Amino acid sequence: MERRDFIKIGSFGLGAVAFSNPIFNYLSNSVVLDGVTQGGGKRIPTYCEVCFWKCAAWTHLNEKGEIWKLTGNDDDPHCNGRLCPRGTGGVGMYYDDDRLKTPLIRHTVNGKQEFQEATWDEAFNFIAKKMKKISDQYGPECIALFSHGSGGKHFGRMLKAFGSTNITAPSYAQCRGPREVGFFATYGEGIGSPERVDIRDTECLVLIGSHIGENMHNGQVQEMSEAIDKGATIITVDPRFSTAASKSKFWLPIKPSTDMALLLSWIHVIINEEWYDKKFVEKYTFGFDELKEHVKSFTPEWAYGITTIKPNIIRKTAKEMANASPSVIIHPGRHVTWYGDDTQRLRAVAILNALLGSWGRRGGFYNPEKKKIAKLDIPKYPTPSKTWRDAFPGKYKLAGLALASGICDATIPAGDRDCSFKAWIVNGTNLISTLPNQANTIKAIQNLDLMVVIDTMPMEITGYADVVLPECTYLERYDNLRVSGHREPTIALRAPAAEPKYDSKPAWWMAKELAQRLDLSDYFPFEKEEDELDWQLKQMGLSLEEMKKIGLKKYAREYDDLYPLENLEDYEFNTNTGKIELYSTAMEDEGYDPLPKYTQHEEPPEGFYRLIYGRAPMHTFSRTANNPNLTDLMDENKVWVNPKVAKEWDLNNNQEIWLENQDGIVTSFPIKVRVTERIRWDSVYMIHGFGHTDKRLTRAYGRGASDAEMITKVHIDPEMGGTGMRGNFVTFLTEAPSKGKS
Amino acid sequence: MIEEIIISGRNNPEIDPTLHIWGWEIPFYLFIGGLVAGILFFSALYTIRDKSSEYPTVVMIAPMFTPFFLGIGLFALFLDLSHKLYFWQLYTNIRWESPMSWGAWTLMVVTPLSIIWSASWVQDVFPNWDWKYNWIKDILTKFIEIRKQVAWLIIFLSIILGMYTGILLSAFNARPFWNTAILGPLFLTSGLSAGAAFIILLSKSKKEKHLFIKIDFMLIITELFLIVHMFMGFLAGTKVHIEAANLFLGGPFTVQFWVFVVGLGLIVPIFLEILELKNKPIPAYLSAILVLYGSIMLRFIVVEAGQASRWLY
Amino acid sequence: MRYAMAIDTKKCVGCSDCVVACQIENHVPTGFCRDWVIEATSGTYPDLSMEFRSERCNHCSNAPCVRCCPTEASHIVEGGIVLVDADQCIGCGACIESCPYDARYIHPEGHVDKCTFCIHRVEKGQNPACVDVCPTTCMYFGDTDDPNSDISKLLKKRKWKTLIPEAGTDPNIYYLI
Repeated sequence: MERRDFIKIGSFGLGAVAFSNPIFNYLSNSVVLDGVTQGGGKRIPTYCEVCFWKCAAWTHLNEKGEIWKLTGNDDDPHCNGRLCPRGTGGVGMYYDDDRLKTPLIRHTVNGKQEFQEATWDEAFNFIAKKMKKISDQYGPECIALFSHGSGGKHFGRMLKAFGSTNITAPSYAQCRGPREVGFFATYGEGIGSPERVDIRDTECLVLIGSHIGENMHNGQVQEMSEAIDKGATIITVDPRFSTAASKSKFWLPIKPSTDMALLLSWIHVIINEEWYDKKFVEKYTFGFDELKEHVKSFTPEWAYGITTIKPNIIRKTAKEMANASPSVIIHPGRHVTWYGDDTQRLRAVAILNALLGSWGRRGGFYNPEKKKIAKLDIPKYPTPSKTWRDAFPGKYKLAGLALASGICDATIPAGDRDCSFKAWIVNGTNLISTLPNQANTIKAIQNLDLMVVIDTMPMEITGYADVVLPECTYLERYDNLRVSGHREPTIALRAPAAEPKYDSKPAWWMAKELAQRLDLSDYFPFEKEEDELDWQLKQMGLSLEEMKKIGLKKYAREYDDLYPLENLEDYEFNTNTGKIELYSTAMEDEGYDPLPKYTQHEEPPEGFYRLIYGRAPMHTFSRTANNPNLTDLMDENKVWVNPKVAKEWDLNNNQEIWLENQDGIVTSFPIKVRVTERIRWDSVYMIHGFGHTDKRLTRAYGRGASDAEMITKVHIDPEMGGTGMRGNFVTFLTEAPSKGKS
Repeated sequence: MIEEIIISGRNNPEIDPTLHIWGWEIPFYLFIGGLVAGILFFSALYTIRDKSSEYPTVVMIAPMFTPFFLGIGLFALFLDLSHKLYFWQLYTNIRWESPMSWGAWTLMVVTPLSIIWSASWVQDVFPNWDWKYNWIKDILTKFIEIRKQVAWLIIFLSIILGMYTGILLSAFNARPFWNTAILGPLFLTSGLSAGAAFIILLSKSKKEKHLFIKIDFMLIITELFLIVHMFMGFLAGTKVHIEAANLFLGGPFTVQFWVFVVGLGLIVPIFLEILELKNKPIPAYLSAILVLYGSIMLRFIVVEAGQASRWLY
Repeated sequence: MRYAMAIDTKKCVGCSDCVVACQIENHVPTGFCRDWVIEATSGTYPDLSMEFRSERCNHCSNAPCVRCCPTEASHIVEGGIVLVDADQCIGCGACIESCPYDARYIHPEGHVDKCTFCIHRVEKGQNPACVDVCPTTCMYFGDTDDPNSDISKLLKKRKWKTLIPEAGTDPNIYYLI
């Protein structure tokens, strides 16, 4: 028996769902009109938690005082009063009857592991006792926090107070980390979220694998629409005819994994034709001559052989960008961990933008401003004696944040590592689907002494936990103020619109209760979270009461530097040379390539196709797959197959097949085929977040297949440890695989 | 390649991929309507021609079934309604543009007439019944007195009823396969043919049987003519009508329609009827049953195919 | 007054926010919807074009559903909005058969249901929920009888099409192309 069996169905069973609810009729699984007259109810401010764009919103109550609908806050630059489908469907998170309902603790009864319901007291005491034991034995640094979402801040405070800074989110090493590093190396600043791209005013938007419109990051989609209205040129580089590609003047159906060649060739053309912004380059950049020399041989003809993009198209699109310069954006993307040389690819993107003079210019990259929030009056955090970095001597030197995948790897004991993690606290991230190489993740989990999972839903990760804590949804709680950088600084409030359902609780309360049991009460000086917020707001001349009325406070910029380089103003960059480093001295110092190089990546073997995955506008990762409202829009994914490939394999639309990857891993569930011209013949595409294996997710279980299961081969970015996940290849199985293979 | 898909919403099994709002109830109701129209039509016709003693089955016996058939048909219609408690709304409105309304009101008139009609013959069919109360006898006598007038009314209304069963469908522009004016005459003919077949089944007189076999023979020939012309019309029509016709010309309904409706339900009976008329030893009920079967199948297929046919955009 | 909607297919990304916003606003049971999104791709790789259309009842000026309704449950109100009165509907299905857009469905409570142009909002001077929520602002609602309304101006300026005009329904949802 494994130390930690995956518990599929807890002892609380599935029977306890037949309770009545005013809006959802669970027996028929439908929303029924309950005669409530519409409108006229109260509204409570919140900011969205369905994705991490965090749009400020209003929760509207019906006349019975129950949560009815969500709408955007008109003043919020993230959403301009319009939520995306996921935000609108956020009510489904609250009404989902499959939610975690009570704390659970793993017990072994008659040799069989199962979850038993526990009181909050029992759960906290259990966790605190274990944490203290681990701390005594190995040090508090051996406890890590994985989080994705607002709860992470509260648990982070508790953990830092306890003595560990190993706090990580998969949004870094599995997503946008290389972008931050690539841009930081070039400009001394990262991109951040929301991205500082001035799409609204751009004349030319270049998307490389970014599928804005399917990736429904609200403000960006809105601005792209505005740009279309104003007649901006869009150039999309994607092996798939994405939604954005359909809005583009140029669609470059590139051979996957060759983007770097295209970027270098564009740089070559722009330099050789002298289409770059000469004054900008001269005034602000470092290493132009080295760059010019470096790209000398990267002609469009050279790139054609690699990318399959015709030389005249490369020239034409380069000209198109140059014509729009400086009002042009080569978009840095968001999920950029593809092939393991991603930091370098994003360096090339950063360089291209610099040559076109778009940084700090209208229609290019603006300079966001953030409001400062008063720090709480709490004791200084202890300084840990070790961090996750100690597990990777000499590696990933440019990683700016902790690596979720790194901590996972450092949990598996190895001879040359002195830092093995012993406990994970996991909040709001389903690591089974989030981290590549599931077998590795599960192996790491088996080595833990304690795993606590805090979530609203019985995601797969909860099945491996020792303790499961039911978190209430964002509609039922306060959280930290949303403080985000944008053209104008804003702060937004999240306030509860309903009491937490079942026995669920807010993360703040859980963190405080745990801190108390760990003798760290000083770090949570306020009795209630609203007191803490009220204190913070009062330091800014506001109050909780006032914020509840407006939801969002927009401030004028303190500095008039939205476009700091618009008129070639003097500027010192936060780099070694004080300039935009086309030639990166920081990279060179750490022993990495100072200029981006093209490396050829592995190609799919005969009969295999490169697995490309992405998002649907109505879902966020796997976290929305059970949301009743969003599942109603889309309840499964399909595998996109080019008609030529379909013919070769004799596949038909909606035929159910299984996918098998290069390592012999087969999907747990079949997936339907979508035969479509919208994908190249050397690749297949599927939307991430489906194929859930936990039966407690009644709407998501077994619907579609999981791309995450297929991602077993990982190409690690040497600079910052990002996990390149696009180097996996799949083939089709038309017959059900024999059981026991996976 | 044109790929048109619904990416969200419309996950409604009754509408996608094919509209399927009307199940067995409506075609069954249309069949009953046609059958009753046929029976009543022939009964009234031979009453006016004073042939009640010569052809007792058609004039007197067959109509006895019609009130019950109408009851069953109306019940099928009622089953089709999804908001059943509000069915009375049919009779608080008269909507000239609505075939449903026409049907509801036609049945409202035909049903009592069929009762009056049957009642006027009931003493002839069951001469030994004891009616106990004199007022019943008085009423029955009244019915017999107005028989001729009622007969004329029934001829008129039965044609309307028979036609209506087709027009209910042909009035839907949205379903190209139904949207043909031939459907009215076709269903009327088919209804008369079903009525004739029903009479053949009941009749014990050879003369009567032979008369209706001849009538049915002509009706089936007419039906075949109408079917051919219906497809001619479709194929000469717009793209959507051609697509609709193609459902039957190589499409999913081809075998069902040409083999089971046209073949078994029309052509085989024709040959059987010819043999019967030549006094070959063939049981008359065989062709009659096939005709009834063809008639009901025709309506099932037309209702289903119509729902599968749609405008393209 | 003639209420109509114009939807810009150049901006629509098919996110389906209109669908979920409608379902929640109007308490449409899950599994049903009053509007839906079509993705239409034509061409052969790599020469492709794609159109997204948010579709719903076209509130036809010549509405076959209203004509075929035996009880006057389907009716037209001020501004040309086609509505269904649930208390008058018998659920015969004729209007569903009559709609070339398949815009109607039978509500689990038995009556027929469809888009109302969010008349409860329009009466208060608001836009329909789908229009107000659209992140790409690709949907416009207004009075086409008023030549100065935004929608009238847009229809003058831009090329547009309606769906199945040859069905003779005179639809009032316009697609800017």
